[in-house]
Amino acid sequence: MRPKRKQRLYVILGLVCLAAIAVGLTLYALRSNINLFFSPIQIANGEAPVDRQIRAGGMVKEGTVSRDPASLDVEFVITDYVEELEVRYSGILPDLFREGQGVVVVGRLGEDNRLRADQVLAKHDENYMPSEVAEALEAAGYSPADYAAEYSAEKKADASYGEQAEKTE
Amino acid sequence: MWAFIHKLGSPKWFYGISARMQPWFWIAAVLLIAVGSVWGLAFAPADYQQGNSFRIIYVHVPAAFLAQSIFVGLAVSGLVFLVWKIKVADMAAAVMAPLGAAMTFIALFSGAVWGVPTWGTWWMWDARLTSMLILLFLYLGVIALRGAFSSRDSGSRAASVLAMVGVINIPIIKYSVDWWYTLHQPASFTLTSRPSMPVDMWWPLLLMVLGFYCFFIALTLMRTRNEILRREASKRWVRDLAREEG
Repeated sequence: MRPKRKQRLYVILGLVCLAAIAVGLTLYALRSNINLFFSPIQIANGEAPVDRQIRAGGMVKEGTVSRDPASLDVEFVITDYVEELEVRYSGILPDLFREGQGVVVVGRLGEDNRLRADQVLAKHDENYMPSEVAEALEAAGYSPADYAAEYSAEKKADASYGEQAEKTE
Repeated sequence: MWAFIHKLGSPKWFYGISARMQPWFWIAAVLLIAVGSVWGLAFAPADYQQGNSFRIIYVHVPAAFLAQSIFVGLAVSGLVFLVWKIKVADMAAAVMAPLGAAMTFIALFSGAVWGVPTWGTWWMWDARLTSMLILLFLYLGVIALRGAFSSRDSGSRAASVLAMVGVINIPIIKYSVDWWYTLHQPASFTLTSRPSMPVDMWWPLLLMVLGFYCFFIALTLMRTRNEILRREASKRWVRDLAREEG
């Protein structure tokens, strides 16, 4: 390569590297703001502000959804399989809302550490399955939601483990 | 190999070879997209949770793949143009940018349409959605910057630099779902790991992804040829060509 071209190549690569470092440091500094939601572990550790609008995310715990038959009020517990968070909500839930499903709830955390939700969003995982397969799984005694939940739980556990390790440093 | 790449840099040679390659990519694109969309939209089984709305994946995923790949293409073309001064690379970059912007828009729009029934919202400022929106603005910036200079060479250089700096956003888009908590799910379609869907849902998606890539290559070849003729209009070989055709 001719020296002139080599010099241009190095200048350009240097420029891109510097820009990448700048962006990387910015994202690292803002990492807690980029996370869309607090996990129940973070809320239990008191990282989430009380009485301000926050988002919390986790799995709807099996057997915790209780609906008020007379109104749209619903109560459920979200979990990351370590800590739990009680949520109260009044309104229409998205179609994908069910026990074992990942959700993101938007609302305010009360002093009693319960979340009063204004909005519930269903989180879809990356697994897709035809209804026939889901029915076959159910007939065989497996729940398709479990299959997805287990996978997500593994990921969640990895993610929260990373955070715990960061804190102890 | 190097000789081939070197020859690609000559507009005249590129014009010749692309004429022979172009029809094959058009045929492949039409076949793959036709088979993939009919298979995906009509014959693939519905998802057990999302029902038929999951079929948006057959447009959303290929469009998002192209949106990111084309930006990498812009950055590589920009580097080749700035370092080696190869004009064909700049012509290709000029014609690729609008297609990339269109694909980014399709990915954002189809994702929003899918988000309403699935998530319960059409937009959320999570890391994946926001970084994809930034990609759209980067594309618009590259297109606008190219046109903002009175001399074409300055515009090309500015657009190349923006494309190379902007390419930092691509790994951020790709890994946003792994690095941060997001509403968007991690990748369903990868060639490196076990597919997260059964084969009769996965095959049409693979055909659509390949079809979109063939469409992109065919369209880029066609438009680069036009761009070559436009920029080299005063060159002897183009004049000869025009005389033969005329």
